[in-house]
Amino acid sequence: MIYLDLFLGFLKVGCFAFGGAYAAIPLIRDVVLSYGWVTDETLTYMIAVSEMTPGPIMVNLATYVGRSQAGFLGAFIATFAVVFPAFLIMLLCMFVFNSLMKNRCFNSVINTLKPCVVGLILAVGIFMTAEAFFDLKGEGGFDPKALLITVLLAAVAFLPPVFHKKKISPITLIIVSAVLGIVVYGV
Amino acid sequence: MRILFDLFITFVKIGLFTFGGGYAMLSVIEDNCVEKKKWISHDDMMNVTVIAESTPGPIAINCATFVGYRQAGILGSIMATAGIVVPSFLVILLISGFLDNFLEIKVVRSAFFGIKCAVGVLIISAAVTMIKNMKKKPFSIAVLAASTLAMLAIDVFSLKFSAITIIIAAAILGFAVFAVKGKNLENK
Repeated sequence: MIYLDLFLGFLKVGCFAFGGAYAAIPLIRDVVLSYGWVTDETLTYMIAVSEMTPGPIMVNLATYVGRSQAGFLGAFIATFAVVFPAFLIMLLCMFVFNSLMKNRCFNSVINTLKPCVVGLILAVGIFMTAEAFFDLKGEGGFDPKALLITVLLAAVAFLPPVFHKKKISPITLIIVSAVLGIVVYGV
Repeated sequence: MRILFDLFITFVKIGLFTFGGGYAMLSVIEDNCVEKKKWISHDDMMNVTVIAESTPGPIAINCATFVGYRQAGILGSIMATAGIVVPSFLVILLISGFLDNFLEIKVVRSAFFGIKCAVGVLIISAAVTMIKNMKKKPFSIAVLAASTLAMLAIDVFSLKFSAITIIIAAAILGFAVFAVKGKNLENK
């Protein structure tokens, strides 16, 4: 049943996404691809849309995937499932917050989870960047136009901080990438 | 009753006007709930950020639940959380209906080919910022490298493991480190 699958799939995401939206992307990708709900390509569009629209990225993605699979009710169930664990765990934390932060076992687990999650995010970032111009899983198709765009975007994203300038915001980078896409691939 | 309505409206505003996800929301929540409404203190805000980062789920949801509960108990936390979710939900519901037909237009397709390249770069850039802010001990660097390689291997070779497997393994490792260190302390 699709409603139950959506609920369980996004409940899993909500339970294991430590460290915010980008940490959730590897998990959502896992869940979405393993159920075969959307392809990697569609998911990339969905992530971009979720970044460009207001609100938590995780909530946006859950609503989007849920709606694409099972309409309004699907969107509602997926959103509820992704939000519910955070809500419940936070309520529980309110009761034991002070003793929890002093607990050495809890701290040790958290301190291991933090670098682990950053590693997951880095890996998915590398994989998705490479996949934009190189078909890693299929026949190994290569798109030089996409490589050109990726190199330009990487320069826009990573050079300003090197010169101690302010980082480019995600929305600016997405707008720049859309313009580059239109220029390179044509109207 | 008024406080419940106030919580809901405030968080609807936060949800509607914050782009760029949870971390961007933290500063807006601080501005509204600490500076303007004085619902919680700066210290509370720091604490809630730490819990939000160490508990699963969207960071903005954790904050909304915390502020709502402080002001009006369980009912308050429900109103605040609903407030932050409703705008996202409605906006995506509206947009996703259009987007399917949208992609058949050539200009939009070209734009999305460009955007496709940006998503990966954005994720790497988020990871780089996190690495910069991380305490760089040998142990955390080793964990970081191991999880990066494991996840890349899973993706490239389409292995049957998932990111959750790696997270659980890391949690067990963290617990093991605690167990070993704890014993060492007892011996001393």
